[in-house]
Amino acid sequence: MADLSCNVAGITAPNPFWVASAPPADKLYNVERAFRAGWGGVVWKTLGIDPPIVNVSSRYGAVHYNGQRMMGFNNVELITDRPLEDNLKDIKQVKKDWPDRAVVVSLMVPCTEKDWQFIINKIEDTGCDGVELNFGCPHGMSERGMGSAVGQVPEYIEMVTRWVKECTDLPCLVKLTPNVADICHAANAAKAGGGDGVALINTVNSIVSVDLDLMAPEPTIDGKGSHGGYCGPAVKPIALHMVTEIAKAPETKNLPISAIGGISNWRDAAEFIAMGAAGVQVCTAVMHYGFKIVDDMIDGLNNWMDEKGYATLEDFRGIAVPNVTEWQFLNLKYDIKARIDESTCIHCGLCHISCEDAAHQAIRIIKANGDRRFEVIDEECVGCNLCMFACPVPDCITMERVDSGTEYQNWTTHPNNPMRVEEN
Amino acid sequence: MTTIDVQAGRLSQEQLSENFSDSHPPLNSGNAIVEANRCYFCYDAPCIDACPTAIDIPNFIRKISTGNLKGSAKDILSQNIMGGMCARVCPTEILCQGACVREAQEHQPVRIGELQRYATDWFFESGETFFERGEPTGKRIAVVGGGPAGLSCAHQLAVSGHEVVVFEAREKLSGLNEYGIAAYKTVNDFAQREVDFILQIGGIETRTNQKLGQEVILDDLRKEYDAVFLSVGLGDVNSLGLEGEEPKGVYDAVETISELRQSESLKELSVGRRIVVIGGGNTAIDIAVQSKKLGAEDVTLTYRRGPEQMSATWKEQEFAQTNGVRVKHWVAPKCLRSENGHVTGIEFECTELNPEGKLRGTGELRYMEADVVFKAIGQLLEDSVFSGSEMPAIEGGKITVNLEFETSLPGVWAGGDCVDSGEDLTVQSVEDGKQAALSIHRRLK
Repeated sequence: MADLSCNVAGITAPNPFWVASAPPADKLYNVERAFRAGWGGVVWKTLGIDPPIVNVSSRYGAVHYNGQRMMGFNNVELITDRPLEDNLKDIKQVKKDWPDRAVVVSLMVPCTEKDWQFIINKIEDTGCDGVELNFGCPHGMSERGMGSAVGQVPEYIEMVTRWVKECTDLPCLVKLTPNVADICHAANAAKAGGGDGVALINTVNSIVSVDLDLMAPEPTIDGKGSHGGYCGPAVKPIALHMVTEIAKAPETKNLPISAIGGISNWRDAAEFIAMGAAGVQVCTAVMHYGFKIVDDMIDGLNNWMDEKGYATLEDFRGIAVPNVTEWQFLNLKYDIKARIDESTCIHCGLCHISCEDAAHQAIRIIKANGDRRFEVIDEECVGCNLCMFACPVPDCITMERVDSGTEYQNWTTHPNNPMRVEEN
Repeated sequence: MTTIDVQAGRLSQEQLSENFSDSHPPLNSGNAIVEANRCYFCYDAPCIDACPTAIDIPNFIRKISTGNLKGSAKDILSQNIMGGMCARVCPTEILCQGACVREAQEHQPVRIGELQRYATDWFFESGETFFERGEPTGKRIAVVGGGPAGLSCAHQLAVSGHEVVVFEAREKLSGLNEYGIAAYKTVNDFAQREVDFILQIGGIETRTNQKLGQEVILDDLRKEYDAVFLSVGLGDVNSLGLEGEEPKGVYDAVETISELRQSESLKELSVGRRIVVIGGGNTAIDIAVQSKKLGAEDVTLTYRRGPEQMSATWKEQEFAQTNGVRVKHWVAPKCLRSENGHVTGIEFECTELNPEGKLRGTGELRYMEADVVFKAIGQLLEDSVFSGSEMPAIEGGKITVNLEFETSLPGVWAGGDCVDSGEDLTVQSVEDGKQAALSIHRRLK
């Protein structure tokens, strides 16, 4: 059995699976259920200054894709709607009952030093393991100058982080919004302000669908809707990219990352950790299936690590990062061609038509005896992978490497590049 | 004079091989992923309640969908050590799949049995091991009967650190998995591979050709061992209760199925041209379908009540029919006709329910010509197993047990088909054996 224990910016937990700051982590009752199910930590639903916010009815929208429900999910919910003292009491109790689990408290208050000092003083007494500064939510709170309104301005990130670090020794994670052009500016600011790590991504600004009868965005509240925060499996590629950017930038490569965004199973988690994350946070999958999914997350990660010979998370954390490079350094001599397995082909024609209409006209139809088969024209095939993805039969189309494997040339030295440098 | 037509080699070797190949081939990886993703991961799922061994079905299916096959197989086998065989033989249509919420939603349950087979097949191919023998307790337990209940009990006892001796009356272990289940449900000697896997844990000695009441005596075992678990199955068969001697050509279905399973060459097995099977359970279905697959021309399965009362599930009945078996309901055997001591046909009386719902004959008669008649009308506990010993309490032809699977004899537990714990199914026997082992462990601690 592998050792799954993790350390995220000085916050330790028996495993890297934490429940993200959201409804599943908003009170004693469900946090206890999470810990009983095996979760390694929670980030408590964001606390604010009393009086508590109020929420609307009809709060979530969803994208169901071809029969799979909640591939994408959005919400117009705000931070906790419970009084501050109720939350503080619950947090204190949970930490007392579950000392080995990570209990991090998410915070969002108005952008004044006084308010941040106030909330930090309040939570220090709970015994929590760290704080997460919510600079991410793109809806509701941002219009009030909080959440992503802070996260979109690196100077504000740095300023607030510094205020927090000046009044507490608790480890401080800065939660970032993906609704920016370059995530590295935000991560740099978090680091400059003294933040111990970053947590990302928060939700992506979105309108998931339009009700064509009401002619209003969904979720619809009495005939109107508003933009909301998008999450779930659909946003994982966006999150993975942003985590990678931070993990590979020289300025932030050692900044601890708590990865968030569409993580639904152990495989997703392993990918984020391979891209440098120290731990992961999960929300949508829990909202869909309940806390029990952590059983497969722990068990699956463990079995996979055993199989690969990784004894600890550190053994594979970040090892995919060096393989992320800029386009200009990719090997232009590398050459692959589509190969169709005749024995499993069901003759649907999708490889042909995707290539014919949208790519390189490299798959021809051979008709004989009332039957048809498909043949790759090697001279035309550029190895784009499109047919392989369109094919509904697993492993029927594969890509075969046909170059010598010994040659290398990239764009920087290519004759077609007007800015090329001379090869030496 | 009627010609009796019973002969071997009605079909070519190729045809026989095809007929007796896997009746439900396994899922491939692509299908398995698609099927696994059909599972809703229900909370407190009805399929778990419907499984006698309470396998956490949504969890093992989720693990297939994430590629965690090792975890999936472990979830299955830690609840049901014969999860591989049960995936093949369970009547899932009345168990897990019958309870699947997709059955209620769209009459297309998740193919749980096939997914279970996918995960356990992976496990058997991988050579992984999950179970370790517990710290030795110094206690010795006799398990009498090496079928599903006995092996399940022995394995669980070994997990708890006890030393086990399994006494099996026949030559091979695995009971009805080896001798009773239709060949096309469990190909490639799966029953014996499963036995090897179960015994791998160590601490289990097996002694075959040791029949209770003959080579081993219950009273002796009670003296020699710290506990005894009886899983002797049902060794006798019910009789038709017709007047006169049974002529040649009338067989017990269980015996013939066993011969068929152990046969080295199906081509050499004799099979009648016209076959009548009497009975409405899975044994009746199995002998009817196997006869058809061996090349019989006409196979009629007769049952004295309607399709709903048959203990064979609707799916089994459908399977028989699509394999060319004619199913005739509402007829009860009246007398066997024979010539020169060999059966030539059988006379039935039509039946119906009287206004009180009791079965009665209508007086109308039907006659069916037959070269062979199979009796598949239920099995009985064999009295002789208790020869020379104090007998446990028996009720309704089965050994009486309490909720802990204890018999009326101190230190003697029982489970499987020889007790009345539910349906006579492999999966129920596995659960009986497991629960009895846990009870024995609690008692011996």
